[in-house]
Amino acid sequence: MIEISQLTFSYSNQSCLFEAFSLSIKKGELWSIIGPSGCGKSTFLYLISRLIKSESGAISIDGETAHRPRPQTGLVLQDHGLLPWSTVQKNVALGLNIRKLYGPDGKHAPPGSKLDKTAEKRIIDYWLSRLGISDLKHKYPSQMSRGQRQRTALARTMALSPDLLLMDEPFSALDAPTSKDLQDLIVALNRERELTCLTVTHNIEEAVFMGRKILILGKTTNRDPEIINNPTATDSKHSSFQAMCEDIRAKLEKSA
Amino acid sequence: MRKTLDLTTVLLGILMILVFWQALSWLIDSPIMPSPLEVIPIFMTSLTGELGLHFLASTGRVLASITLAVITAVPAGLALGQMPKLNRIFDPLIAIVYPIPKIVFLPVIYVLLGITDISKIFLIAVIVFFQILVVVRDEAANLHPELILSVRSIGAGRRALFRYVYIPASLPAVLTALRISIGTAVAVLFIAEQSLTSYGLGYYIIVETYQVLLYPEMYAGILAMSLLGLTLYFLIDYLERVVNKHLYLEK
Repeated sequence: MIEISQLTFSYSNQSCLFEAFSLSIKKGELWSIIGPSGCGKSTFLYLISRLIKSESGAISIDGETAHRPRPQTGLVLQDHGLLPWSTVQKNVALGLNIRKLYGPDGKHAPPGSKLDKTAEKRIIDYWLSRLGISDLKHKYPSQMSRGQRQRTALARTMALSPDLLLMDEPFSALDAPTSKDLQDLIVALNRERELTCLTVTHNIEEAVFMGRKILILGKTTNRDPEIINNPTATDSKHSSFQAMCEDIRAKLEKSA
Repeated sequence: MRKTLDLTTVLLGILMILVFWQALSWLIDSPIMPSPLEVIPIFMTSLTGELGLHFLASTGRVLASITLAVITAVPAGLALGQMPKLNRIFDPLIAIVYPIPKIVFLPVIYVLLGITDISKIFLIAVIVFFQILVVVRDEAANLHPELILSVRSIGAGRRALFRYVYIPASLPAVLTALRISIGTAVAVLFIAEQSLTSYGLGYYIIVETYQVLLYPEMYAGILAMSLLGLTLYFLIDYLERVVNKHLYLEK
């Protein structure tokens, strides 16, 4: 689904984050990306979302290499992603409203994605209830907890039925039960709709839970990807889950 | 949570002014300080007559100025706030021009734009323009980059960003700027209307009443001017509450 070939990127005046970096991600895979701060893990996600452009190399998603954000890619950030002046319901509807503004032109919305009002409402109601925030739909972001805000952000993204979900530290500011709950939800979504998921995190246990494949990025220029196959993913009771965490920790210490 | 003016506060304020006013008129006991009991009936009857026309002329000028200032300053402020390079170029200029009392350019504007309403409207618009420009620019510069990124990530291009992010984000700033500048705008209107027109509250207060010693009528004009300022202020206050529900929430 994602083919990254010979990717090179650096911020101006800074050392190279990626150089001739190649990676392939298949449809429906569950990936996590971990590394010390400043290693470029968020940048990597933004590059895939095409919110920033690479210097050279190509990132092709579903066979196409356009340079604008792809409407079927969903992105969830840690915080500040919701409109503070809109209610939960309006925030969840935002993506659909933006699509309506442009029409199904293939650039801002997938072609042939026109929805009528009732279908739209059904989608919004579905995701509000799936994320457990139906009761909050008339609240504003400032009236809610971080966890509820993150649920809203997820509902907004999922309402657009993405086939690729990119998440940048999505649960790191949340309390343990909330983040566990949302991790389970993402895993369920990955399973039931073959949703390709990439989670950037600095939390080792989250990386092990959320990644059947774990990409470790280093502080120096990343050339050859270090990928760990992780059979214990999505199963924190697995007998070697803790061993896997220790393994990742050791690798991170080595690369730092 | 922000505080809003409630009706009791307003009525109490008006009552206090009337009491002080009456006390002053007893104390000073001179034609220049007539009693409110004398002025208010004159105000009531003349507001439906000649004074009403002056009031409408002034209101029209102020509203035209505000409109002109808003439709020019908001896009300019957004552009400066979202484009740091552009802002770096214009920042020194704005920093110098912002505190200059623009009213001193009144003669220049008269010569350039002619002795018409356009000159007066333009002058007030320039004053309000800078107020709005500066707050909208700062507001736009403070927008979380994450917010813009995440809205772009769900498909927003420039048009949708304007519609769903920039405009609603700058509305509170615009209203705050208007609230601050409304006093100045009305004050400048008063000065500008004292000459080269035959309608407007400034003209009514200075030329038609003060200069011919009609003091009670002059006070009716002052009341009308106060009414204009207050109405605009309350209108903005009301708009703030309607538009910015999220700033007035009880947790």
